[in-house]
Amino acid sequence: MVEIKKLSKDFGSLMAVNDISFQVKQGEVLGFLGPNGAGKSTTMKMITGFLTPSAGSVTVNGHDIVQNPLAVKQRIGYLPEGAPAYPDMTPASFLEFVAQVRGLRGSNKQSRIEDTVKKVHLEGVLYQSIDTLSKGFKRRVGLAQAILHDPEVLILDEPTDGLDPNQKHEVRTLIKNMAEEKVIILSTHILEEVHAVCTRAIIIADGKILADGTPAELEAKSQFHNAVTMTLHCSTAKAKQIRQSLLNLPGVQKLETLAKNNSMQSYQIFPHAHRSIIGEISQHARNQQWKVEELHVNKGRLDEVFRSITTV
Amino acid sequence: MRGNLIWVLFRRELASYFATPIAYVFIVIFLFLSGIFTFYLGNFFARGQADLSPFFTFHPWLYLFLIPALSMRLWAEERKGGTIELLLTLPITITEAVLGKFLAAWAFTAIALILTFPMWISVNYLGNPDNAVIIAGYIGSLLMAGAFLAIGSCISALTKNQVIAFVITVVVCLAFILSGFPLVLDFFSGWAPQVIVETISSFSFLTHFSAISKGVLDLRDFIYFLSLIAFWLFATAILIEMKKAD
Ligand SMILES: Nc1ncnc2c1ncn2[C@@H]1O[C@H](COP(=O)(O)OP(=O)(O)OP(=O)(O)O)[C@@H](O)[C@H]1O
Ligand SMILES: [Mg+2]
Repeated sequence: MVEIKKLSKDFGSLMAVNDISFQVKQGEVLGFLGPNGAGKSTTMKMITGFLTPSAGSVTVNGHDIVQNPLAVKQRIGYLPEGAPAYPDMTPASFLEFVAQVRGLRGSNKQSRIEDTVKKVHLEGVLYQSIDTLSKGFKRRVGLAQAILHDPEVLILDEPTDGLDPNQKHEVRTLIKNMAEEKVIILSTHILEEVHAVCTRAIIIADGKILADGTPAELEAKSQFHNAVTMTLHCSTAKAKQIRQSLLNLPGVQKLETLAKNNSMQSYQIFPHAHRSIIGEISQHARNQQWKVEELHVNKGRLDEVFRSITTV
Repeated sequence: MRGNLIWVLFRRELASYFATPIAYVFIVIFLFLSGIFTFYLGNFFARGQADLSPFFTFHPWLYLFLIPALSMRLWAEERKGGTIELLLTLPITITEAVLGKFLAAWAFTAIALILTFPMWISVNYLGNPDNAVIIAGYIGSLLMAGAFLAIGSCISALTKNQVIAFVITVVVCLAFILSGFPLVLDFFSGWAPQVIVETISSFSFLTHFSAISKGVLDLRDFIYFLSLIAFWLFATAILIEMKKAD
């Protein structure tokens, strides 16, 4: 378990991370979201012991990062932002080096390296210098280095940045497969990734936590959550009456016209307090014998929630 | 401090010298310049003496430019490439990292120094030198190189920029050489008390190095170089701890 308590980091007058607290348990995949400069990487650097917190504490399975850094570092696999690696080494010699530092020995070391190489598909570039690898392969080398010792805690700073769609998919599958017996914290700017791999997401901006919940819970914060989109055939003359009858339904709060022409009207209908109103509306439409072309509920989109809470 | 980890870091670091042209360029230039200095400037043949003192006399000056070129990358490169974040989040201590890197650089200069062995063979071919003195010279030279490297390591830890690391290291090392120079000491002896002049001179590489290279193995000279190395490496570790993320 990773426990973060009242963690802060200032760089001079800038509060990069400002009094953040949260816990992540085994089996959770926590997605760290936030605009550029929000403090995601800074938080990760403190969890992994690279930066010393200005205040607050980080404990990993009971070990405090400041009191007992080696115990924490042994348990963590970390992919830093930009996936740094020694450019003059080859992936093979680099992984060998990391394995030795991690204390892996003999046949166990060999099988861990082979296993990892297979998992992130590095077979083709093992003996090419890292300097000359493409961006995506460099990222994979960084990922390999992080999962090499099968750590209890994985901290991944933008793990899929620069990967092609196939690799993105593979890496997400890899993360999901490892999730059960690990604590995983990853940061990302790709919101679909949150759906694909995360069991929980935290949105931070200006060093503060703005939202913390499952992807579905975050989506429920959207003003479009449970709003209904409806398109129906009707003449312009009748449109006003239709709008009024929808607004008279008990659950409906407001209505926006999305599009209209002589024979078609399209509406966005918002409920009171995110209630579910699709039943009411479809019932009403049937009673009125409207010719409905389209009728669906919006769940709310994460990117829209993200925008609305991170922009003032 | 765990020896096996220092050894792992040491091997990676030493291998990285040979993975790039640095090693070859350094060794070739080192051998070339020590040849020039010894045979032309040092009047190796004209002196008619079978010893290597012209060779060793120029080592402080050779090191003044070559060692900073080697040490400038020690930490500045890790900073620039972001690998410092990788290195320092591995389960190692800063002390282990500092030692592993320093020892690799030192071992590399030892290799360059060993490759000057044809010089030693030539004097033995030409005459009957005192080989004990020559060995003392090599030991003294290696110790001095270590002190230069430790200074360079510390200054490299201060910056991302290798050029800045190089220039500042040259200046600091120059100060350590010049503090034993008659010219500098005369300047102080005119007005400063004797103790101060002696303190300044006692900090000089030249004073201690020339003693060792004449074959006078005084424990104090060893302690001087080793404590200088320890001091600058300690400072390196502290600076990295303080400034690792900048
Ligand atoms: N070493 C440093 N010195 C001064 N300021 C820093 C330092 N490192 C980070 N910052 C500042 O701290 C803030 C948070 O940066 P951080 O890298 O954590 O953002 P992030 O959320 O990871 O952003 P991104 O999405 O762009 O990666 C930024 O304003 C950044 O400029
Ligand atoms: Mg970042």
